[in-house]
Amino acid sequence: MIETERAGRSFKVRGAVVHAVRDLSFRIEPGEFVGCLGPNGAGKSTTIKMLCGILTPTSGRVRVAGLDPSRARTALARRIGVVFGQRTTLWWDLPLRDSFELVRLLYKVDRKLFAARLDELTEALDLGGFTRTPVRQLSLGQRMRGDLAAALLHDPEVLVLDEPTIGLDVVSKAGIRSFLLRVNAERGTTVLLTTHDLGDVERLCRRVLLIDHGRLAFDGSVGDLMATAPGTATIEEVVTRLYTRGRAAPPPVEPV
Amino acid sequence: MPARRRPDHNPGLPLAGPRAGPGTACHRAITLRRCVSFSLYARLARYGFRKHATYVAAALAGAFTNSVFGVLRASILIALWQARPGLAGYDVTAAVTFCFVTQAFIGPMQLLGGGLTLPERIRTGDIALDLVRPAPLQLWLLAEDLGRAAYQLLVRGLPPMLAGAAVFGITTPRDPERWLGVLACVTAGVVVSFAWRYLVCLSVCWLADDRGVMVCSMLLTTLLSGMMVPLTLFPGALGELVRALPWAAMAQAPADVYLGTASAGSALAFQAAWGAALLALGALATRAVRHRVVIQGG
Ligand SMILES: Nc1ncnc2c1ncn2[C@@H]1O[C@H](COP(=O)(O)OP(=O)(O)OP(=O)(O)O)[C@@H](O)[C@H]1O
Ligand SMILES: [Mg+2]
Repeated sequence: MIETERAGRSFKVRGAVVHAVRDLSFRIEPGEFVGCLGPNGAGKSTTIKMLCGILTPTSGRVRVAGLDPSRARTALARRIGVVFGQRTTLWWDLPLRDSFELVRLLYKVDRKLFAARLDELTEALDLGGFTRTPVRQLSLGQRMRGDLAAALLHDPEVLVLDEPTIGLDVVSKAGIRSFLLRVNAERGTTVLLTTHDLGDVERLCRRVLLIDHGRLAFDGSVGDLMATAPGTATIEEVVTRLYTRGRAAPPPVEPV
Repeated sequence: MPARRRPDHNPGLPLAGPRAGPGTACHRAITLRRCVSFSLYARLARYGFRKHATYVAAALAGAFTNSVFGVLRASILIALWQARPGLAGYDVTAAVTFCFVTQAFIGPMQLLGGGLTLPERIRTGDIALDLVRPAPLQLWLLAEDLGRAAYQLLVRGLPPMLAGAAVFGITTPRDPERWLGVLACVTAGVVVSFAWRYLVCLSVCWLADDRGVMVCSMLLTTLLSGMMVPLTLFPGALGELVRALPWAAMAQAPADVYLGTASAGSALAFQAAWGAALLALGALATRAVRHRVVIQGG
């Protein structure tokens, strides 16, 4: 479903070349639920942008649903749902459902199918209370649920999320997590998400990709990830170990 | 692992395969269908209208300013035309009418610049979301801008006209045919204005700071659109040149049709030529931006 082959992306910043992603190769099969971890600036967002065709790889090859994202961007858009946790596709000044209506027209979803799909998403994401509220009056959690619905209304085969739980409280996070699990289990939608919340990884992902300095540093199940450290380490400790390999680890903070 | 469902849930969905890739007939058909999706663009225009309707106070303040400045401008023009009757082929009433008609265009045609949030979106990186949508960005924004213009024509266009009629008296076209021509020319003027502003906005991608370009565009538009003085006032070859530039398609051309000094047909032809040229340029620029744009932010 998603395939990268020695994919790389570099940026020119004032004459210097920054390699955001280098030699990244992985394969995600249909129906997988994959979490992408990595320290700040590791290249996660850059990878996501290459997968949805916003950025063209400067080297290597990327395939999503059998398509080259940057060349078949419009064909791909119908098959992929994208959420950037820090941005919104919703119309700021208009009620949520107006943005949904636009998605229907944009992806030419049949009216009946759309109504059914919208009902389903409204129920699953508990949108009922605020579909008529202008988006600018929504809380972050409500807006995020709205964005998720908008990304899934055309029923894509792949869902790509860049930090979908950023800034959410524990209850909202739990809501989004169980929704994502449901989408993956019931519809077989392939999910790839990036996150800094290890809870997301523990509760959602059957497989973890760890990107560091633009390279794939780990690829395996959560169990494999835990096995990289001795016995009793918590997931925080395991990931800290991986992030700080070859670097001095920050001193642990004692609980007060 | 869950079984893949069949992709029959969405008939609009193209299938991956040798017959669906880019460059194939199937792909071209989908692309074509995407372009002629009239209902999408009609909806966008409606949303553009409603989006701006949520900022009533701002529109009313704009209408008030446009009316007051209209009265000031008209006073100056009256003095000028009393000193030089028949100047530029206008009599005093025509000059005053021209003044208020063009004041009414300031809002819908955004003659003072702005109206598009594109530079902001490019700077913050939100443009990334616009670029993944399977619809041409320029057409998307044009539809939205037409909706905005329709709202501003009502809220910021009518008050200056009424003020002009009340304070000085202005002429209005009698026959409905001329009104229809005026409406068509105003719409075409908005398209030309959009096409120009879109190009100005995209320049942000190449220039770190867009304020200089914005100021340049504002000066050019205020001077050369007819918003300050009728372009018929410019003498000789300069006048010929100024009246052939795209800015003349924004205020001067529809105002001429309103006054009856030009036929709707020739004005529309002039506007259509510039509209097509600028939109084509904008489409090229969009492609360049797509290749070039370095999307900011995580
Ligand atoms: N548009 C750009 N121009 C220049 N450099 C960029 C650009 N976008 C990203 N980079 C660089 O590429 C690297 C990877 O950035 P990216 O946004 O992919 O990181 P990330 O893994 O998403 O980090 P975070 O967890 O903080 O969101 C960083 O070093 C960043 O400075
Ligand atoms: Mg990021």
